[in-house]
Amino acid sequence: MPGTRPRPALLRTLATPRGAAVAAGLLLLALVTAFGPALLGDAADTRDLAARQQGASLAHPFGTDDLGRDLLARVLVATRLSVLLALGATAISVVGGAVVGIVAAVLPAALRRAVNALVDILLSFPWLLLALFFSVIWGTTATGAMLAVGFAGVPVFARLVSTLAASVAGTEYVHAARMLGSAPLRTARVHLLPNVLPPLLVNAAAHASVSLLSFAALSFLGLGVQAPAYDWGRLLNEGARRIYVDPMAAVGPGLAIVLTGVLLALLGEVLSEGGRRRGRAGGRPPRAGTGVAPAVADDAPVVDVRDLRVAFAAEDGSLVERVHGVDLRVAPREVVGLVGESGSGKSVTAMAVAGLLGPDARVRAERLVFRGIDMTRPPSPAERTRLGLEQTMIFQDPLSSLNPSLTVGRQLTEVTEVHARTLRAAARARALAALERVRVPEAARRLRQLPHELSGGMRQRVMIATGLMVTPRLIVADEPTTALDVTVQRQVLGALRGAQRETGAAILLISHDIALVSGFCDRVVVMRSGRVVEELDPRRWQDATHPYTRGLIACVPDMTTDRTRPLPVVEPEAPDDAAPALDPGATDRSGRTGPPARPGRPGRPTRKGVPA
Amino acid sequence: MTLPSPALEATTPAGPPAGPAGRAGLAAHPRLAFVLARLARALVSLVLVLLAAFFLVHLVPGDPVRAALGPTVSPETVEALRQQLGLDRPLGAQLGHYVTGLVTGDLGTSVTSQRPVATILLERLPATLTLAGLSFLLAAVGAFPVGVATAVSARGGRRRGLDLVVSGVLGVLVAVPGFLLAVLLVSVFGVTLGALPPAGWGTPAHAVLPVVALAAGPLAYLARIVHVEMLRVLDEPYLTTARSKRLPAATLYLRHALPNIVGAALTAGGVVLVGLVAGTVLVETVFVIPGIGSTIVSSISAKDYPLIQGVVLVYAVLVLVANLLVDLALAVLDPRSTVAEA
Repeated sequence: MPGTRPRPALLRTLATPRGAAVAAGLLLLALVTAFGPALLGDAADTRDLAARQQGASLAHPFGTDDLGRDLLARVLVATRLSVLLALGATAISVVGGAVVGIVAAVLPAALRRAVNALVDILLSFPWLLLALFFSVIWGTTATGAMLAVGFAGVPVFARLVSTLAASVAGTEYVHAARMLGSAPLRTARVHLLPNVLPPLLVNAAAHASVSLLSFAALSFLGLGVQAPAYDWGRLLNEGARRIYVDPMAAVGPGLAIVLTGVLLALLGEVLSEGGRRRGRAGGRPPRAGTGVAPAVADDAPVVDVRDLRVAFAAEDGSLVERVHGVDLRVAPREVVGLVGESGSGKSVTAMAVAGLLGPDARVRAERLVFRGIDMTRPPSPAERTRLGLEQTMIFQDPLSSLNPSLTVGRQLTEVTEVHARTLRAAARARALAALERVRVPEAARRLRQLPHELSGGMRQRVMIATGLMVTPRLIVADEPTTALDVTVQRQVLGALRGAQRETGAAILLISHDIALVSGFCDRVVVMRSGRVVEELDPRRWQDATHPYTRGLIACVPDMTTDRTRPLPVVEPEAPDDAAPALDPGATDRSGRTGPPARPGRPGRPTRKGVPA
Repeated sequence: MTLPSPALEATTPAGPPAGPAGRAGLAAHPRLAFVLARLARALVSLVLVLLAAFFLVHLVPGDPVRAALGPTVSPETVEALRQQLGLDRPLGAQLGHYVTGLVTGDLGTSVTSQRPVATILLERLPATLTLAGLSFLLAAVGAFPVGVATAVSARGGRRRGLDLVVSGVLGVLVAVPGFLLAVLLVSVFGVTLGALPPAGWGTPAHAVLPVVALAAGPLAYLARIVHVEMLRVLDEPYLTTARSKRLPAATLYLRHALPNIVGAALTAGGVVLVGLVAGTVLVETVFVIPGIGSTIVSSISAKDYPLIQGVVLVYAVLVLVANLLVDLALAVLDPRSTVAEA
């Protein structure tokens, strides 16, 4: 992986229990490999015909073989041959693969494709068949088997090296190096090699495990190491013949094979994980009921939130609160904008209102109610049905929020089929009508299509049409137009407005774009750092009192914006989140400067490739 | 090292190629193009396999006939076998003879048993196919419930204890090679408990231990793939959309999540199927099953080259067929994968 630095990460990994266990195991393996034959060689070769073919006993934990030799000693002595043969085979695979991969990368395109196709074909055959094929050529000896297992692994590393080289060669910094006139060889040495080597080593470690097992398999089949030499596979082969009498003779070498194989595989995993640790999310706490009357008056607020707090489990297991006591009310038919920079907690608040936060979120609220339904608890079946019919969601990226494997028609009809028990034909007719109302052309054909066959704007209109399938009281739209270009944005907002008029639903529109929200909403709620900082009438921006809001407004460019002056930015948050200061040049609205100002969205990816 | 130019990459479209008129028809049918491409690849592979099987004898260093017969046999016997194998003729004539033989179903004669190779293989193929087929069925049928259930229960760091136990068991099963498990199963169920026949072939009871030994690793591997893929899909935005529709759990997991892991599961299933085909070699040897797996081992040990060529060919064709079946299944069940490749 480009840019990773293995060494510090490796040291950190060694400090984890698994890393330490792997290190200890490797040390033990190295010691037995180095000193086993010298210390135990005599014991392993001492014949004792009186004690031949004994079962497991205190003197011989693994029993003895045909000639009365101690099997535990033989297993330990066999470590050296088994490990060295596996390492030799791995070295052949890695070096051979690297040579093929690099040669392929240097070859002209046509030849490179031919080599890659051949590697592809070889990869489609399992290693055992390749190893058997090669062992026919090089003979059923230890060296022959090492060559066979080694060559069987060459395609794996050829593919890995050529993929790595291609991926690194495609990165921006290599392009940059080339544009700066770096010679190809220097580019390869400085940029490619350091980035190709770490993953290559990781895979070599994992592959050593495969080589070890392959070798054991070949020797077990009688096609590898031949008597009088012995490795674990050979011992297993001899033990398996006696398995009807004495299982320990086979289990002993089997244990050695499995333990070493697992150790090497773990080494690969530990190396590849580096210092990355799995996040530990705390269990979901029991949700507190808030006791809400079930009756819903028509003029009662659709959404009623008081002192909402949402925390997430951090990597070290502690809870990090992201929303700190938000109050929010949405009246029937009201269009409320929830504005703030990324990380302000606006999406989390909306997802809490919808009851759709994941199991790693911890939600607490004095009151979190959607039309009489307490959203801090898992809903009852009846409440689920009501939620399905009365709430609909529209998300930022219409491609990833539509299921890629289901047709548009199925995704539209299922809500009514499930919750309103509409018959399929009726639901389909309704879906057709819904698509036509949001102005999706050729609606009948679209119903049979998959999402990837539609344009981005059309997908988002499909999402809105989902809302028209039911009788929503609330449409939660989370950045519904961010992924779309400006013309399509207008169409989508028009469709959203139409859906709202038609169904009489309230809308909770989440956006970073204060200009968009001001033209669309009845009321705007400004959030920052998990708190509501201000509520505003969008027609009266000049009344904004909170400096953060004024900063956000100042960032919006218009036709009179002076393009020669630097962009205004909202100042990074003060540690205690007191009144945030603003860029001095931007405090005055008339001093607004510079085009594409998207307040407070540093580093957020935009889909169209336009830098934010 | 040559680097792909950015300009070239930019002009390579990600979607179906807008090629010249001849390809325009195929571009409109990405599935057909995908299937045709895979058929072509299988055909090229088959030709390579045939060549590899043919040249196998020639690749053996030294004199393969002498190696097969051992150092004590008279030169006349060696020459006679050389003639019988056709190795005294020019290479082109040998290749022609080999190919015409293949077309007419003549794979030569086994040196050790003096019987036609094709006959031996046909006798032994059913056992191997049954073994591999049953094992694949067990692995595929078992992996999905395990993978889906563990993913659903472990999502978002819940039930870590259960998750650890399951992933531990699966990890061990993946790590233990099939032939070791086979030896262990023979020892426990065949010998100690005496519940099942430890070796042989013929009755359903004979098949139980070999199938379990062959299927356990692949089942665990597949279950882990399903588990990981399911965890990925459960965090996809479209699953949040589905949750926002308050669909029943069964609909959520079976209709919305499962179809999206089919592609990955099928691809992994292909790897598993091919691995199972090869795994028969070891398992047949442990359980003394008269299939082509035990044949390949004995023929390599005996340096019976005509038989080796025949078995290698059959195994390679089985692998090609398995790969092709997976590709066809992908084209039918996961149309997006074909679009991405076309």
